[in-house]
Amino acid sequence: MKIALREVASVIRSKNAGPFELTFDVILKTDDMFKKMREADVINKKTVAALYCIEESDVISVVWFPSAKAVKATIVRPMASGALGERDVYGAQQHAPLMNFCFEL
Amino acid sequence: MEEFKILSPSGIVGYGFPEESFLAGVALKPDLIACDGGSTDPGPYYLGSGIPFTNATAVKRDLTLMLKAARDLNIPLVIGTAGGCGADVHVAREVGIIREIAKEHHLSFKMAVISAEFEKEALIEHLHKGRIEKLGPAPAVTDQDIADSTHIVAQMGIEPIMAALDDGADVVICGRCYDPAAFAAPAIRAGFDKALSLHLGKILECATICATPGSASDCMMGYLGKDYFEVEPLSPDRKCTPTSVSAHTLYEKTDPYILPGPGGHLNLLDCTFTAVSDRRVRVQGSRFVPEAVPTVKLEGAKEAGFRTISICGNRDPIFISQIDSILENVKKRTATNLCADFSYRLDFIVYGKNGVMGALEPTPTVTSHEIGIVIDAVADTAEHSAAVCSVARAALLHYGYEGRIATAGNVAFPFSPSDVKVGAIYTFSVYALLRYPDPLSLFSRSYEEVTP
Repeated sequence: MKIALREVASVIRSKNAGPFELTFDVILKTDDMFKKMREADVINKKTVAALYCIEESDVISVVWFPSAKAVKATIVRPMASGALGERDVYGAQQHAPLMNFCFEL
Repeated sequence: MEEFKILSPSGIVGYGFPEESFLAGVALKPDLIACDGGSTDPGPYYLGSGIPFTNATAVKRDLTLMLKAARDLNIPLVIGTAGGCGADVHVAREVGIIREIAKEHHLSFKMAVISAEFEKEALIEHLHKGRIEKLGPAPAVTDQDIADSTHIVAQMGIEPIMAALDDGADVVICGRCYDPAAFAAPAIRAGFDKALSLHLGKILECATICATPGSASDCMMGYLGKDYFEVEPLSPDRKCTPTSVSAHTLYEKTDPYILPGPGGHLNLLDCTFTAVSDRRVRVQGSRFVPEAVPTVKLEGAKEAGFRTISICGNRDPIFISQIDSILENVKKRTATNLCADFSYRLDFIVYGKNGVMGALEPTPTVTSHEIGIVIDAVADTAEHSAAVCSVARAALLHYGYEGRIATAGNVAFPFSPSDVKVGAIYTFSVYALLRYPDPLSLFSRSYEEVTP
């Protein structure tokens, strides 16, 4: 059965982590879902790269964080914050592909 | 001292906070009022230009409440990253505001001002001696990057703030500062654990963002004990839960367990978050791992030309169906019509297509009945950027695309004048680590007896 990430998460957000990195936080509603998703490796460097049409080598890290029921992914920013061609100086509106992400357990 | 109490009024000086929450915090007799004054989040313009992103009137309102309360209680007030970016020019604005407040409210105190700005020559010497290291995906720093920068600052750690307090300062106004340091330095100086103090500072610097509902514009109280710290919001409308506080550790960080800062990193792998009440959370188990030779983070910005923009929209289905080729042709037409003997960069941001995500947008197909277009013209001078924008605007307005039947004009302008001169723009030029054995010596302190 397909599960939509936005149905099982209480927070899905993006933000700069400094001017050269973009970080995504997904906070899940339940410990149970956190554990199942972590065990199934639902979100990893490969899925993040696919969602954002970037190279896997540009995904810096994917970290699971049990105390917050959260998984965090960080990517190389397409450009330094505020550089020519910038679309989102704060990086706060880059979360939609994750919001539309569906997976199976 | 059993417990060290810290009042954090706001996420950033000038973002405001409810006076009720603040007075509730003051009534708890804090040992310190501290507030972060800046961020790199608003982008390179503010560091590069020297113009604060916080508003002077709003800053004065916030600082007036903080300064009066700190003097009443006779406790230190520490402001980190004054003026938004913490270069000397930003700090000077905040210092001017502090002097005004002292005069208007008849306050006397000793003020320390700590500079975080670098002379280019000194930094080039550090570079040549191999002390400047690459940081994450940021490009390696070159001599040229340093030479081109308008301002370069370093994030100070706890040492200069502790030294200023040792010298008897009541009010400490810091240039660029590692956000938690403004909160942690006085606590560490009072004998409290470094790791817990820094971790508490990390949470307090965002005020009530770690509460639920979260906000950067409300007051938070931190309580630091021997082997724990606790946080509790001062507005009854908010609460801290173990999840809200631990989730905050994720915010704006690359890795939630390892938080690098000046002189070492915080390791939060063994941290526990426990509810003390339904709105107060206790944190334990934070560790600090020092570096053999300390580092500080460098930030610099340089001018990147001048910008003129024009905002317009389109609601024509035939136009929208050809948007990519139309804009490509308008670029070509602009080049032909302008015959520029200078270099420029012309770009169109199309809202309704991929305006928000640009290259990261996985579905750049227009499904809306209307689109918004921002013409973005950047060139070497203000006049040149205005010329590019003007010629591109005219070309876009009257471009005869395939199948065009609305022949009066291709776009709707909401404003007259249609073109907005943005002025000089900046880009981050230096983002790196400086490894130096004596970080205290990098940040000069000056003192002033402020009187009405």
